[in-house]
Amino acid sequence: MGVASGAPRVGVVTFPGSLDDRDAARAVRLVGATAVPLWHGTHDLEGVDAIILPGGFSYGDYLRAGAIASLSPIMAEVVTAAEAGMPVLGICNGFQMLTEAHLLPGGLIRNDHGNFICRDQRLRVENTSTAWTSGYAAAARDRAALAGTGDGPGGSGAAGGPGASGTAGRSGTASATGDFASSAASGAPEITIPLKNGEGGYIASAETIARLEGEGLVAFRYLDVNPNGSMNDIAGVTNARGNVVGLMPHPEHAVEPGFGPDTALAMRSGIDGLPLFASLLASLLPA
Amino acid sequence: MPTIVVEVMPKAELLDPQGKAVAGALSRQGRSEITGVRVGKRFEIEVAGPADDAILAEVAALADELLANLVIEDVISVHFAGADGFGLDAAADFASGNVTTDTSFDEASTPEAQAEIREGLS
Repeated sequence: MGVASGAPRVGVVTFPGSLDDRDAARAVRLVGATAVPLWHGTHDLEGVDAIILPGGFSYGDYLRAGAIASLSPIMAEVVTAAEAGMPVLGICNGFQMLTEAHLLPGGLIRNDHGNFICRDQRLRVENTSTAWTSGYAAAARDRAALAGTGDGPGGSGAAGGPGASGTAGRSGTASATGDFASSAASGAPEITIPLKNGEGGYIASAETIARLEGEGLVAFRYLDVNPNGSMNDIAGVTNARGNVVGLMPHPEHAVEPGFGPDTALAMRSGIDGLPLFASLLASLLPA
Repeated sequence: MPTIVVEVMPKAELLDPQGKAVAGALSRQGRSEITGVRVGKRFEIEVAGPADDAILAEVAALADELLANLVIEDVISVHFAGADGFGLDAAADFASGNVTTDTSFDEASTPEAQAEIREGLS
C-alpha cells in the first residue's frame, strides 16, 4: 500500500510490560519514517501505514508469553489490518503475540536449556522478499557493487551451515558498519543482531514446518549456534503474503553506531538491524 | 457456585524444559526412582449458574481457545471441581450434589472445537 504524501507513519504499540517500544520507535525515525505511539487499550490505529509489536514481557508473560496481549483491544484492529495487507512486524514478545493471534503459524516455548539468553546472534536472512526484509537484498547488491568481487569479511561464515555448532563465527565474522556479510554459497545476507529471551524456542507441527520450509516462509535462521532449541534453527517467519513478519532477535537494538553489537571494525558499531526498517520504507513508498 | 477445573499440559511430543529442570533437581536430590517430570497448568474457574453440561461445554471451548495454545499444549481435562475430589469448592460441590463424573467434554466434543484444533495444528 502506497503513501500519498509525507513520511510513512509506523505505529508502535505499547502494552503493559512492553520494554522495547521506544527502541523500535527510534529505529523507525532513523530510517526517516514517523513513529506513532499506539496504546494497547484502544481500538485506534491512528491511520498508521504499518505496525510494530515490540519486545518485552507484556502481562508478565502470564498464561503464555504474548497470550493476554494478543487479546488486547488494539490487537483486533491489528489482525484486521494485517489481513488486509498492512505490514506488521513482531519482535520477540511481539512475535509471540503474532503466533498467539494466529497471524503467524507455530508457537514459542521456553528455551530448551531453561536459561534466559542474551547474546549477539548471527542470523541468515532466508527470505528477502517480505515487506520487512527486502532491504537486505538491496543492501547486499549495493555492497557487492562496492566491493567488486564481494569477498568480504563474512565470507568464512558460509562454512557453518544451519545448526552447525562451534564458535568460529562468534566474533570473527562480525559485519562492518552499515554493511553485512553474505553467504558465499547462497548469497543470502548474514547479519548479527542482539537476541534476548527466555521463551524463544520456535515449535510447530511437522506439517507446518514442512510448509514453512517448502514455501520459503522461514524469514530468519540462527547461524553458528541454536540458542534456544528452535526447530530447524528458525529465528523468524513470515506469512505467505510477506506483510506479517515475526522474529525473536532484536533488529531495533542494532541501528545506530555506538549502540549495536561489536563488529570486527569497532566495538558496538553493528547496525545490521537498520535494513529491516529501511525495507519497510521501500515497501510503503511508491516506487 | 460451581468451579470448573481445566488442566493443560505441554504437548507430549514436545520438550518440556520446566519438567526437565525439575527432574534434574530431583535427581540431584538422589531421587533416582523418579525418571521424568512434566509440568502443566491447572485452572480453577468459578462460574455463576447451574453446573450443567452447557457450561462445561462453554468452558471446554474457552480452554481450547484461550487457556491453552493448541499449537504447543493439550487440554487434558475439563471437569467440575469435586469430580476428582480436588479444588476450591470440592466439598461444597459434593454436599450440594453439584458434581458430575461426566468426562465426555474432556475431549473437544463440539465440531467448532475440533475444527479449531485442526486449524491450530495446520
